[in-house]
Amino acid sequence: MSQTAVITEPAQRSPDEPAVVFEDVSIGFEGKQVLRNLSFTVKQGETRILLGPAGVGKSVLLKLADGLMRPDSGRIFVFGEEVSAMPEEQLFKLRSRIGIVFQEGALFDSLTVRDNVAYRLMEEHLPHDDIEKRVIEALRFVELEHTLDKFPSQLSGGMRRRVAIARAIINRPDLLLYDSPTGGLDPITSTTIIELVIKQRDVYRTSSLLVTHRLQDAFTLVSHRFNRETNKMEPLPEGQIDPQTSFLMLDEGKLVFDGSTHDLIHSDDPFIKEYLS
Amino acid sequence: MAIATLDRAAKKGVSAIQEYALISGRALGNLFQRPFYGADVITQADIIGVGSIPIVILTGFFTGGVLALQSASTLAQFGAAAVTGQLVSFSMIKELGPVLTSLMVSGRNASGMASELGSMMVTEQIDAMRALGTDPLKKLVMPRIVATVVMLFFLTIISDAIGILGGAAVSVFLLSQDSSQYFHTAYQSLRYADILQGMVKPIFFGLIISSIGCYYGMTTRGGTQGVGRSTTQAVVWSSVLIIASDFVISRFMIGIFGR
Repeated sequence: MSQTAVITEPAQRSPDEPAVVFEDVSIGFEGKQVLRNLSFTVKQGETRILLGPAGVGKSVLLKLADGLMRPDSGRIFVFGEEVSAMPEEQLFKLRSRIGIVFQEGALFDSLTVRDNVAYRLMEEHLPHDDIEKRVIEALRFVELEHTLDKFPSQLSGGMRRRVAIARAIINRPDLLLYDSPTGGLDPITSTTIIELVIKQRDVYRTSSLLVTHRLQDAFTLVSHRFNRETNKMEPLPEGQIDPQTSFLMLDEGKLVFDGSTHDLIHSDDPFIKEYLS
Repeated sequence: MAIATLDRAAKKGVSAIQEYALISGRALGNLFQRPFYGADVITQADIIGVGSIPIVILTGFFTGGVLALQSASTLAQFGAAAVTGQLVSFSMIKELGPVLTSLMVSGRNASGMASELGSMMVTEQIDAMRALGTDPLKKLVMPRIVATVVMLFFLTIISDAIGILGGAAVSVFLLSQDSSQYFHTAYQSLRYADILQGMVKPIFFGLIISSIGCYYGMTTRGGTQGVGRSTTQAVVWSSVLIIASDFVISRFMIGIFGR
């Protein structure tokens, strides 16, 4: 995997300020409670993996964090700003610090890969040359610089997901939200995607919240690091795990686990044991 | 049990009207806020307006033709076949031009808007747009509303003109009437109030078509089945509202101008 120059600028933020805070958040649809009294924190530079069975509200949680949905009760803070109470106009400004990778990529199918990745920069009316340079940098990061003029329909599922990652990181975000980035992909492509997530985590130290129901991906994230010299993901030495990566687990709308990899593996909770087995 | 069902249905209806009003109001409010997506307005004007010209011409021509054909025989019974042109131009400009053009554009574009925006909703492209800092009401809905209102106005004029020509073709070539008499009566009997009535209607109908199409698109739920449902509902409701509002506008205009 080629090392590229998606250069992160020093972020204007306090190092102690959490990236994301959920305080007693609940949301329901058509009388059905989806998330119940959820509270957790994502610290700066931390990667939190959100596990849980399908349909438990993991994607809803990510949309809440990005202000795309509003909770019925509770408060959500992103970089100290209460997204659950902000008007949409202010949210647009805050979202320039957040990158999100949707479940199926959610690429604009009428735009080329170049225009998809450049979308945010074009909306900000950046100079054309600057946009072109950054699009190529971002696409090189995901090793798809040769797909510039293709349309999403001409790409494979894995390629679409990688373009979605390029689109999410083009603005050098301080927070990345991944919604099942490997869902529906074959194991080899999934590993490529997870390698990109690890690269983003280890090279740029971006705070992130990653939703998955694939345990294999979750444990690859905690047990591997990105080697800048070889430009490849490699396993951490025996017995070591990434200290900045930890877990959250949802079941029936409730947060049933919030802690480290060690605590997760050694949990006595019957649901967690069954989920991990 | 029945009351609970009624209660739920009423709440759902009120909530839908509220959402429709909010989407339409916010989209129109965006007309005066930056950024203004001028290029998107032009693109939509091309798709909605230029793309609809063939069906509008065909509909207009045959409507004018059949109007002349049907009315000439009735008028002849009263010895008034000479005013066929007047009847065709009155009917086309005041009623059939605006209404039929709107119904055709509704069938073509309200469905197009609902299915396009609906597909974007179910594939999370609308959420992606918001996440990337763009207001979809500004970028997607406002250009469609502006383009539909402006283009429907001109499409109606085309339809009126072609309809009158269609009536002329039938009157002259099939009914052997005098062409100068046809055009003379068609033109001379018209008043500004008639023209105004015909020109005001497409503005309202354009608003109905685009806002209903976008509303159903932006509120699509439930995958591809939901997209199909939204598309159907958009066409049905915009058509019904066009015809209902035509009655209200006509009554109002007749009340003001007395004709």
